[in-house]
Amino acid sequence: MTLTEYRYSDVVHRCFRCGYCKFPVNWIDVNNCPAYARYRMESYSTGGRLWLIRAWLNDEINWTEHFAEIVYACVSCKNCVEKCPLRFNIDIVNMIVAAKSEMVERGLVPSTVKEFLENVQRQGNPYGSSRARRGEWSQGTGVEQYQGQEFLYYVGCVGSYDTRARQTAKTLASLLHKAGLSFGVLGKEENCDGNEVKNLGELTLFEMLAEDNITQFKALGVNKIVTLSPHSYNAMKNDYPDYGGDFYVYHYTQLVQQLIGDGKLDISGGFNARVVYHDPCFLGRWNEEYDSPRRILKAIPGIELVEMERNKAGALCCGGGGGNFYADFLSGSENSPARRRVREARATGANILAVACPNCMTMLEDAVKAEDLEDKLAVRDLSEIVAEACGTE
Amino acid sequence: MDPLYQSLAKIVGEGHVSTQTEELYIYSFDLGTTEPYRPDCVVAPRTMEEVQEIVRLANRDEIPIVPLGGGLSLAGLAVPFRGGILLDLKRMDTIIEVNEKARYALVECGVSQGQLTSYLERHHPTLMHSEPGAPPQATVAGNLAIHGQGDLAQPYGFNSDMVNGLEVVLPTGQVCQFGSCSISAGWFTQHPLPDLGLFLGWAGTTGIITKVSIRLYPRKKILGAGMFVVEDEELVPEIIYEITHTEMAQDVVSFSQAIPPFSSGLHHITINLSADSEEELEFKQKMIWDDALGEYIRRGDGGLLGFARHLQRPQVSKTSDWRKGGGFEYVGAIMPVERYPECYRRGREISERHDIPYTVLGRVIGMSHAMMFSWTYAFNRADPETIRQAREALHESDDLALELGGAIWKPGLYGQKLVMERMDPNTLDLMKKVKQLLDPNGIMNPGNWEVA
Repeated sequence: MTLTEYRYSDVVHRCFRCGYCKFPVNWIDVNNCPAYARYRMESYSTGGRLWLIRAWLNDEINWTEHFAEIVYACVSCKNCVEKCPLRFNIDIVNMIVAAKSEMVERGLVPSTVKEFLENVQRQGNPYGSSRARRGEWSQGTGVEQYQGQEFLYYVGCVGSYDTRARQTAKTLASLLHKAGLSFGVLGKEENCDGNEVKNLGELTLFEMLAEDNITQFKALGVNKIVTLSPHSYNAMKNDYPDYGGDFYVYHYTQLVQQLIGDGKLDISGGFNARVVYHDPCFLGRWNEEYDSPRRILKAIPGIELVEMERNKAGALCCGGGGGNFYADFLSGSENSPARRRVREARATGANILAVACPNCMTMLEDAVKAEDLEDKLAVRDLSEIVAEACGTE
Repeated sequence: MDPLYQSLAKIVGEGHVSTQTEELYIYSFDLGTTEPYRPDCVVAPRTMEEVQEIVRLANRDEIPIVPLGGGLSLAGLAVPFRGGILLDLKRMDTIIEVNEKARYALVECGVSQGQLTSYLERHHPTLMHSEPGAPPQATVAGNLAIHGQGDLAQPYGFNSDMVNGLEVVLPTGQVCQFGSCSISAGWFTQHPLPDLGLFLGWAGTTGIITKVSIRLYPRKKILGAGMFVVEDEELVPEIIYEITHTEMAQDVVSFSQAIPPFSSGLHHITINLSADSEEELEFKQKMIWDDALGEYIRRGDGGLLGFARHLQRPQVSKTSDWRKGGGFEYVGAIMPVERYPECYRRGREISERHDIPYTVLGRVIGMSHAMMFSWTYAFNRADPETIRQAREALHESDDLALELGGAIWKPGLYGQKLVMERMDPNTLDLMKKVKQLLDPNGIMNPGNWEVA
């Protein structure tokens, strides 16, 4: 593909590189683009990346492994979209994904991205673990296979395979049971939702996953879906309708908030802690859901909810989006966004960092260890906090 | 492995130095119309000591070194015209001290305007600094290196008049401090020591500013802006004179632009006001709208478009999208306010001659002592013809600024040449001697302010 064939050829040169995209919605810190925060070179800023993409498509520079890493260091957090004052801002992440897509077409992706995509293609998950093991997390929980219940509980790849995130998946299942919700899971029949695949630029594979999932959901009579991960929520809510998948999709925080409000979850047991909440990008900036998680936390007796200075639309991403929880272009430094984020969380005086995303959970928990904060700050999923308040943990 | 890379990596660590194509490409560009030149190496130090070591290395091996702050001068002042080391200073971004009682902030050179503004809003809400209209990643120190102005220019002048002290790494690697900090731990005044002001306005050609103390000013509880509009540009200087006579305004800017078309040809005078109480605000409003401008309103020469509370930060980047092309550059000149009408008319002619939507602006500096008048030209980065048009318009504006008796602000190479051609020969000779004394090997930001 040449520049003229690039879908955003009439837009990509319009970035002035003014640098607004590096800041959060207020101006607290110039480090709100995760890749720029990690490397602090203009090449890793959103503007630098767009200028490099244009230079590549224009044959001003050649593809290199380093160039690919710069492009893939974008984790699709959408801070740039939020902050850019220009009219094309809505397309910034799309422009980067389109460049990734071109690299996929040409077979020029970094090795970890290649692994990620091949694993999804072969096993339906980025880890390359067997499909047959996808449902193992639910063993001993009494969770039923989906067979027409009101809700499909879609767990996603991280919740199904990552050891820590599996605990969260279990906890949420027990919580939904306690609330008397009618739900079932797909177990080993569940497949990758494709959100990260899309953001890594493998659009053909994404389409295949979306179509297969939609076909499966329809065949099973699925009408309502509750997801553990905001990434799954985003794909199913915003992308699946383009492929005929019109389902009622909820992130679990939205449902749990409703269940608490309806009196179906008794949280009177409380949770005594100073808690700070980290907004996941695919729930926050991508879907503007900032309130449900906070309402839950505010409702639980004993919680003192505090905020980081960068929150809601201005939150710093954990660095795990766009497949980076696996591809890992932003780690290895105290400047890694996850490490910056846990330091920021700790600075609030909180002893609990609440998350609502299994990707954030794994990224931030690793960062807590790297920062040697294990005795001061614990990362807990919101479902775990609610479960404890309900006495189910 | 490149020996320069290895030497720099030893100083700053491998993650903060690059000789890879991608970094060399990005750092070769200014955001305006200046042609790109590639550096040999990009390095991002974190401390003054690292800067010092890098400069010593560059001086020893006679390698050009170009300091970069926010990179928003738009005049090509941080383009590595002769290759060498591009020094990205933005990692040096610690706000070291805010002294509320003495009203100053001591910051490292990479602290951005946005960062300082936000910090003051959160931690010292009764203080503010003079924030320029540039995007928020513009650095405080970079702004001083080009004699910038900000939104307190009307009462307090240039930002470089607000300096209490500097720490500078000289081109030989020596570190100097200027102001009270050179004799004590306090960074509260630049005066009354012998004046060694050899770094402000020199665009990084005489040394690298690594720390700066700048004055802070009272930030009042109520901030707002009023807009007064006139059609006749000839009235603008006297209106500005009347407004500044009241000593009530915090910032006074007059602008006129082709977009949106319905307001083309009108002159919008924005007047920022601040107050700690409704009574104070009412008094200031009365002084300006009734006493200073009442007569113009009664005669029908101008009208008040209203007063809005809460100041919005300007978003000048939007200008870059006027031709849907990600680019603009402007010539700014420090002019007598009385030249406003001619600056406007002649600037508009230049724009129209080059088929560029016109936009001109004059920000008042001091009590009408001068204004920074800018002629802005948008271009389309993907269309070389529009870049050529903009570049020609910029050169014509440089010529115009001098023809009208002004001094070009942060000129690019073309403007620098014009200025030096006109400069008093003895002054020019002194500039040359100062440069030779401070930078015997000519390593600092070469190409800029080079006296033949």
